[in-house]
Amino acid sequence: MGDQSTGWLPDPMSTFAGEVDTLFYFTLYVSTIIFVAVMAAMVYFGIRYRRRSETEVPEFVRESRILETTWVVVPTILVMIVFTWGFKVFVDLQTAPPDSYEITVRGAQWFWEFQYDTGVTSANELYVPVNRPIKLRMTGSDVLHSFFIPAFRVKMDVIPNRYTSVWFEAIEIGTYQVFCTEYCGTNHSAMLATVHVVSQEDFDAWMVAQDQDLPPAELGERLFRQYTCVVCHVDTSVGPNLAGIFGSERELTDGSTVIADEDYLLESIVNPSAKVSSGYGLQMPATFGTMSQKQLDGLIAYIKTL
Amino acid sequence: MSATAQDASINFLNYDKSLKSWLFTKDHKRIGLMYLVAVSIAFLAGGILALLVRLELLGPGETIMGPDQYNQSFTLHAVLMVFAFIIPAVPAVFGNFVLPLQLGAKDVAFPKLNLASFYIYLIGVVIAMSALLVGRIDGGWTFYAPYSERVGDSILYVTTGVFVMGFSSILTGLNFIVTVHKMRAPGLTWNRLPLFVWSIYATAIVQVLATPVIGITMVLLFLERFLSIGIFDPALGGDPVLFQHFFWFYSHPAVYIMILPAFGIVSDLIGTFSRHRVSGYLFVALSSVAIAFLGFLVWGHHMFVSGQSATSSIVFSLLTYLIGIPTGVKVLNWVTTLYKGSISYKTPMLYALMFLFTFSIGGFTGVMVGVLGIDIHLHDTYFVVAHFHYVMMGGSVIAGLGALHYWWPKMTGRMYNERLGKIAATLVFFGFNLTFFPQFIMGSRGMPRRYYDYLPEFQQMHQLSTYGSWVLGVGLFMILGYLLMSLKTGKKAPSNPWGALTLEWTHTTPLPHPHNFTQTPVVVRGPYDYHLVPEMFENAAEDGSVKSVHDVSQPAS
Repeated sequence: MGDQSTGWLPDPMSTFAGEVDTLFYFTLYVSTIIFVAVMAAMVYFGIRYRRRSETEVPEFVRESRILETTWVVVPTILVMIVFTWGFKVFVDLQTAPPDSYEITVRGAQWFWEFQYDTGVTSANELYVPVNRPIKLRMTGSDVLHSFFIPAFRVKMDVIPNRYTSVWFEAIEIGTYQVFCTEYCGTNHSAMLATVHVVSQEDFDAWMVAQDQDLPPAELGERLFRQYTCVVCHVDTSVGPNLAGIFGSERELTDGSTVIADEDYLLESIVNPSAKVSSGYGLQMPATFGTMSQKQLDGLIAYIKTL
Repeated sequence: MSATAQDASINFLNYDKSLKSWLFTKDHKRIGLMYLVAVSIAFLAGGILALLVRLELLGPGETIMGPDQYNQSFTLHAVLMVFAFIIPAVPAVFGNFVLPLQLGAKDVAFPKLNLASFYIYLIGVVIAMSALLVGRIDGGWTFYAPYSERVGDSILYVTTGVFVMGFSSILTGLNFIVTVHKMRAPGLTWNRLPLFVWSIYATAIVQVLATPVIGITMVLLFLERFLSIGIFDPALGGDPVLFQHFFWFYSHPAVYIMILPAFGIVSDLIGTFSRHRVSGYLFVALSSVAIAFLGFLVWGHHMFVSGQSATSSIVFSLLTYLIGIPTGVKVLNWVTTLYKGSISYKTPMLYALMFLFTFSIGGFTGVMVGVLGIDIHLHDTYFVVAHFHYVMMGGSVIAGLGALHYWWPKMTGRMYNERLGKIAATLVFFGFNLTFFPQFIMGSRGMPRRYYDYLPEFQQMHQLSTYGSWVLGVGLFMILGYLLMSLKTGKKAPSNPWGALTLEWTHTTPLPHPHNFTQTPVVVRGPYDYHLVPEMFENAAEDGSVKSVHDVSQPAS
């Protein structure tokens, strides 16, 4: 991953990340200087004027108008500098260049789905060309999520029934971490994705490769990984372990049994609440129903091989 | 003095020791102590959950619990700490106990209403916690829709509980406002009020005006759930961002319910332990009230990345600084008060100075997250978690611990062990900073909040934070231990152990029953006018009753 941290922040990897960092460090250093000065005064006064006898009564100190005015005026000026600067950076962050390459992002429990202008989709793997402004148009299908790329200093909530957007221009080839930062349930902390910043040629080549027909089981394997089915169905016992499930007899929560054939698998992916395996709660989101028939065929083909 | 002439052995604690006399008391002091017990239990429960949450985060993946238990633990931790502990803690415990005393009043204006507030609070807590019996408490203390609406019926118990606790808060606020306006002793003009009174007064305004909004929000959640009218849930055509507006319209002012009383406590502590008039008294007093009102206009700074309009974000960011500046100036005033003072390092003063350190860090990082361009990166990361713990724990709780030690002799008639007090204060200081400072660093490096699992690069910071929580926990348990022990073995407290000049100290300890003052006090000087004390030495020297500041009393009418 390209997320290296040399100091407080990850290395800046987008065009405006550097500007955000300058502002961050300016605010941090000015704050630190004032903080240290105030604490030094506190410690000095604390030692210099410590009580020496129980009957000691200090003299009255008249308040200094000059001092009071200074410490209202100076912070006000500093704060206005920081505000104006922050405002400028904010406007840059909000305004995508008109020639941006648009990608649609869909956040769902608990994966990210990306759709490109060619119709190609990918899950949890976002491919973008380097040195080109990218605008992400984002929406969700269940609860709130938030799309955060620390290396690019961008973050925006993803809301059902509504579009929000972020834009960035990556400046270096590499892979960068994406987090979901709005609490969204059990696997909130596993709702991760990776941004692959590649050259324009590699991007075009990747796009062409996505269009090619893969054997169904291979397509299914890729989807199984991308949509993080692994998290609940292999790594943990949130959902039934799928190894050897095909053809087996399943006991359901209502006590009846069913053979896990293709139809049962299909129904369980598209409409998970229909027949829930006994011993498990209804944890699986119904968001996979939007997959194409080809993708569903691939997934089932792959599950059969497990 | 005439108080000692009465039977000094009868006081508010021992005049009737039956349980009934406590449960049905209308005495503000006893109600204050009952609140103290109740909020301490909430703090203990919330604290244990915090330790468990930190323990889980010692390593990535599962350490002691699974993701669902973790999510419920941090939610319950926050709900307990915010609604059951910190909002009622300082106003209801110290406001109740100290406010009428500092005003020279017999009690609060509406003693029965005061007792009712306490029971409404208890009922609210019970309703909220009964959610654990019917389901899970999940979704964070912010209850953002639509997630909170998908959790199930249990969340409705929590929101109902919060709704009920809100009434307790409103009634307490109302009571205090009337008390401050109508029940001040003769001579106690507005500019002679102790700063603690000013801050409780400002807090009460917020309690009365802001709390109804959370009530309305909870009712709307209810209606949406049962009548399926689309308000917040996008699936029903509602707007989840609207929920955030409603929520923060209450919850940001609620931050001032938490922190304003702390300002008052710190002012009193620093004034008393440096024997100095608090520098910029009028500014400190009035800025609390100003902050209380401005606090209503900044809720949108919690929502810079929520999808609210860019224009609103800019306005909210600007208004946030209007609050930041007077808050910063207060810190400078407190430090200046030390100048040419006579500073004594008793445990309460250690907490006051600790407050200046931790709260300043909370304040400066507050400015950072208020800057639009930076907040986009820091929002919903551990940076924010660290920031609000520095304000709420490093501000309110640290000040509250100072208050607890300061007024303990008055509340219980016993002294705590000063040496243990200082050791525990040191542990709390180092433990607190070790717990929360690493969170600033991992937050700015991108570690999101409310994460059960995390990437390996964050492990070092998480480990430091967890070790810190153990030190902090030892410090806090130590305080619990020696305070409880002091009830049995503590030295009898003298009437004015700190040599303070406010009315609650210039009287006998423990306080007499049934009324606070055997005679109505008359106030002739400001709350921190130590420089006037030498004259009193001269005036009182004739009968030999005044030998040091500790003996100075208010003249009685």
